[in-house]
Amino acid sequence: MSNEDILNPKQMPHEPEKATLEGKNKFLGFWFFLGGETVLFASLFGTYLALNDSTAGGPGTEELFGLELVFVMTMLLLTSSLTSVYAMYHMKNNNFSKMMVWLGVTVALGFTFLGFEIYEFYHYIHEYEFTFRSSALGSAFYTLVGFHGGHVLFGLLWILTLMGRNAKRGLNLYNAPKFYIASLYWHFIDVVWVFIFTVVYLMGKVG
Amino acid sequence: MSTAVAQKKGFGAFMWDYLTTVDHKKIAHLYLVAGGLFFLLGGLEAMIIRIQLIKPDNEFISAGLYNEMITMHGTTMIFLAAMPLLFALMNAVVPLQIGARDVAFPFLNSLGFWLFFFGGLILNFSWFMGGAPDAGWTAYAPLSTTSPTHGVDFYVMGLQISGAGTLIGGINFLVTIVNMRAPGMSYMRMPLFTWTVFVTSTLILFAFPALTVGLFLMMFDRMFGSVFFDVASGGNVIIWEHLFWIFGHPEVYILILPVFGVFSEVFSTFSKKRLFGYSAMVFATVLIGFLGFMVWAHHMFTTGMGPVANSIFAVTTMAIAVPTGIKIFNWLFTMWGGTIRMTTAMLWSVAFIPTFTIGGMTGVMLAAAAADYQYHDTYFVVAHFHYVIVGGVVFGIFAALHYWWPKMFGKVLNEKLGKWAFWPFFIGFHLTFFIQHFLGLMGMPRRYWKFLDGQGLDTGNLISTIGAFFMALGVIIFLWNVIYTAMKEPKASADPFDGRTLEWSIPSPPPFYNFKQTPLVRGLDALWIEKSEGKKAMTPAEPLGDIHMPYGSIIPFVMSFGLFIAGFGFIYQVDNPVWLSLVFIGMGITLGSMFVRSVKDDLGYHIHKEDLEKGDGQV
Repeated sequence: MSNEDILNPKQMPHEPEKATLEGKNKFLGFWFFLGGETVLFASLFGTYLALNDSTAGGPGTEELFGLELVFVMTMLLLTSSLTSVYAMYHMKNNNFSKMMVWLGVTVALGFTFLGFEIYEFYHYIHEYEFTFRSSALGSAFYTLVGFHGGHVLFGLLWILTLMGRNAKRGLNLYNAPKFYIASLYWHFIDVVWVFIFTVVYLMGKVG
Repeated sequence: MSTAVAQKKGFGAFMWDYLTTVDHKKIAHLYLVAGGLFFLLGGLEAMIIRIQLIKPDNEFISAGLYNEMITMHGTTMIFLAAMPLLFALMNAVVPLQIGARDVAFPFLNSLGFWLFFFGGLILNFSWFMGGAPDAGWTAYAPLSTTSPTHGVDFYVMGLQISGAGTLIGGINFLVTIVNMRAPGMSYMRMPLFTWTVFVTSTLILFAFPALTVGLFLMMFDRMFGSVFFDVASGGNVIIWEHLFWIFGHPEVYILILPVFGVFSEVFSTFSKKRLFGYSAMVFATVLIGFLGFMVWAHHMFTTGMGPVANSIFAVTTMAIAVPTGIKIFNWLFTMWGGTIRMTTAMLWSVAFIPTFTIGGMTGVMLAAAAADYQYHDTYFVVAHFHYVIVGGVVFGIFAALHYWWPKMFGKVLNEKLGKWAFWPFFIGFHLTFFIQHFLGLMGMPRRYWKFLDGQGLDTGNLISTIGAFFMALGVIIFLWNVIYTAMKEPKASADPFDGRTLEWSIPSPPPFYNFKQTPLVRGLDALWIEKSEGKKAMTPAEPLGDIHMPYGSIIPFVMSFGLFIAGFGFIYQVDNPVWLSLVFIGMGITLGSMFVRSVKDDLGYHIHKEDLEKGDGQV
């Protein structure tokens, strides 16, 4: 396939993200990468589970967490996953402007989530003096949740970069895989949050 | 076209070419040179250790420097020598063996190398900046978290950066092997080296993130005041041991599996026989990879996990002897009845079998948890892992270099000098390490700076040190061989060893696009099939057409350099927050180059059919 066919395809195939060898490689490579990311978060979860009682005389999980806030955050992130599915649906139908709208909604939801998370950390630090350094629980909590938050921020900047770069030229076989794997990444972040919600917050309240 | 072709050029252009290259064959050269230099450095550290232990109560180096030596020797040899040398082989050979024109992600291939390289530099800069890491290559907490110098900080940053490069390399080879195989090359027709690289890459993918997390926790504890490993604040030092070995045990299979592939190729080629039990070999490789994730706690028998955990990990460890035994016997049966040529590559491979079997037997001894309480942290363990790592990985790398040198550099290494290098190394190796089993059984602990007179340890240690000098002699002769071959030996043909696999079907060294036409693979040992039917070359799977090639790029170098700068910022911001500026500058460079990479289209270029026809492959 010539470069011209890739940048200005006469007709978009049904799965533009896998139409070129480069797209196929990116698709598969990114799945492998997510496999590695799974081990990364599994290690962080393991560390957290080993230390979730280590309060060193400071506040414990039951005292700290409020499920209301976490529920709102969960809803925000789950919804953003859904809106990124809409975006990919429109990508496959070669509807660039609708894809951009839904990606925009996804990004907005993501930033709102991040805002709540920053508020949450601020709250723990100022109301409870529960910090990264105050106890092993604090170290483990901020590391696990902070790693997730860092991933959210990176994903947001990534999607914004893609949107900005391609705003003027529309979809082609070169950028479709890029949008697609960014959405895969976003789903992964969402799945990790589901586990954080369960293991950290629910078990922290009930266990 | 002319932009991409290497013409006669000056030193600057030569450097620029290697700094920006995304060609897997040139990246293999980079890995080989960098890994080779680190191997010499690690070897020098080993010599200093052995000189310190040449006699009782020796004062050759101080206790503190000795700790730095053992730490840097282990860390350098594992992460900065063995890994990159294997990556050199993987890069040089795997795309050729599967009939591909490059790896799946040429850009990431280059990035992986430069991350490794700058990570290695950071680690070694520690020598000149207040002292090297001194908590052992395993860096157990709290020894590592309380080590007073910046040494362990260099360990953390260096391994974090080079580990990221390794992970990228692993993913790259996985996708390459899945997606880039030539037509007809089904999984069960892949050469065994490619298979072992495939399994090794899987292990890299699932093992390295555990190290990443462990290093992050240590970084946070040492540099940002977290308390993961601070028992007074509720921390738990055992977490480090688990994370380290969840990575660390698969790591030893990451090292050994590719050389198992090398030996399979060498035995088959130089016995002029198809590999005996090919499918059993594939199965054994996958099984070793799988079991490799279930044995990590055998490094922790004396930590106090209790009899149940110890028993489980003892049994899974012993189970690995089964697939490994399958391999040993299949290699022997491959040679059985074959037309054997004792080339240097074959010599290293044959020497590997008894050596590695001894290492395997002591491995089973160590796996017996109750007995391990005696062996733990003695020279018995040191002897064991040098038998498997030197006797396996280093012998394998030497075998592979002699075997594939013509494909990498266009000349066959001199056979006579090759054998002269082999014998002192082989004899020296056994002199050095065989005696250490007994030193260990007599109670000599590992990592001790001195031993005292009159405990029966003098002779053993003297022999061991003498052996180390023999090994050094072998390495020097090998280096001389490299220079000699480059100066004196004639150019090699495409197929100097009567090979069986696809890499021998193209010139030595191959043109930068590897295959003018993608070959059609009709079975295992694809080239051998064609040769046995009287054909001289592979049947092409496609008509001659334009070839797509990637552009080179300096971005991987810049991206890695940014992390190198940021690494120093992280290390020194503990002393003075001013150093945080380096973190921002470095991360800015890295994230900025990621941004540039994202927004700049890079579609590569095409070599035109007409140019291919004109030069008969020599564009």
